[in-house]
Amino acid sequence: MTTAVPTGEHITAMHMSDGLVNAPTAAAFGLVAVGALVLAARRARRDLDDRTAPMAGLVTAFVFAVQMINFPILPGASGHLLGGALVAILVGPWVGTLCIAIVLVVQALLFADGGLTALGTNITNMAVVGVFVGYGVAVALRRVARRSRAGLLATAFVAALLNTVVAALAFVVEYAIGGAGGASLGTVLVLMVGLHALIGIGEGVITAATVGAVASVRPDLVHLLRGAGAEPAGAPARTEGSPA
Amino acid sequence: MTRPARPTRDRRATGFFVGFLVVALLIAGGLSYFASSDPDGLDSVTLEGCSVVETDAGEQLEGTCIARNAEDHALGSGPLADYAVDGADGTVGPAGVIGVLVTALLAGGLFWLLRGRGTPPDRDGTSGS
Repeated sequence: MTTAVPTGEHITAMHMSDGLVNAPTAAAFGLVAVGALVLAARRARRDLDDRTAPMAGLVTAFVFAVQMINFPILPGASGHLLGGALVAILVGPWVGTLCIAIVLVVQALLFADGGLTALGTNITNMAVVGVFVGYGVAVALRRVARRSRAGLLATAFVAALLNTVVAALAFVVEYAIGGAGGASLGTVLVLMVGLHALIGIGEGVITAATVGAVASVRPDLVHLLRGAGAEPAGAPARTEGSPA
Repeated sequence: MTRPARPTRDRRATGFFVGFLVVALLIAGGLSYFASSDPDGLDSVTLEGCSVVETDAGEQLEGTCIARNAEDHALGSGPLADYAVDGADGTVGPAGVIGVLVTALLAGGLFWLLRGRGTPPDRDGTSGS
């Protein structure tokens, strides 16, 4: 028995296809994803204004673009940006969750990349787990990030590395709950973590470079550098949010 | 629309946003031709245990692996499926450009609608057109 391989000419499918987990598991994570997106849409409102809304739209388009760029990690294996830490640092976790979810929906509907019934698991892994892990690490290191440019780049790198590995672990959890079979859980765990530790290095480099570039031109558009405990240096008076 | 209150700032903001979009378009439209076509991390794991065999019907999987359970994409025959325009070789760039523009419009529009009345207090409030 053989099965057709769904691969594209230049770019292979990048996200979970349909059928990798059973229907109840797919449905359950579909509900998780919908709940997370409803919550995110409500909480995102306060992070969105006339300036951050267009920024968030462009960040979303940028993640779509960079996700197309698979980079080699091992002979015969590649990786690509997931973008969780990137969006969390630039536009915050709630808006960021929506950014990644929009990318995944566009990819699934327009580009047949990522299954339709797998949207729930893909959104859970990359838009929810990846974004919030990246955000949590970045916030934990916020003092480092604000101290110097090197600190900001290091924060972005570490947050992105961890967002990649934990998002991969989320797939392992889904496979443990309702995987369709074909490989043992131990094999899946070891391979997913190992490969995504390597991919995470690339994710870290891309995230640090992007955050660094935005911060050097428009530090006021970097969410992590705003917020609690207003930044004294990096933000001139034009920065929003500072109580008048 | 915009009163001449902060022309420099507005122009600077617009310049940054235009630049950001151009970078995304260049990545999706140009750099995408140099992307690796090897399976990514997840696909490598789901293909573990199988070998890919070329047959008359295209590439087929042999062996035992997770990917044997993968179903064909329901929209796999769409006009932009697999990042190609109508399945044509060498069209990953145009497909990527379309994807960036669609994503920017969709996300930008959604976020614009979602934004609260929270216009920054230092703005003069006319930018909503």
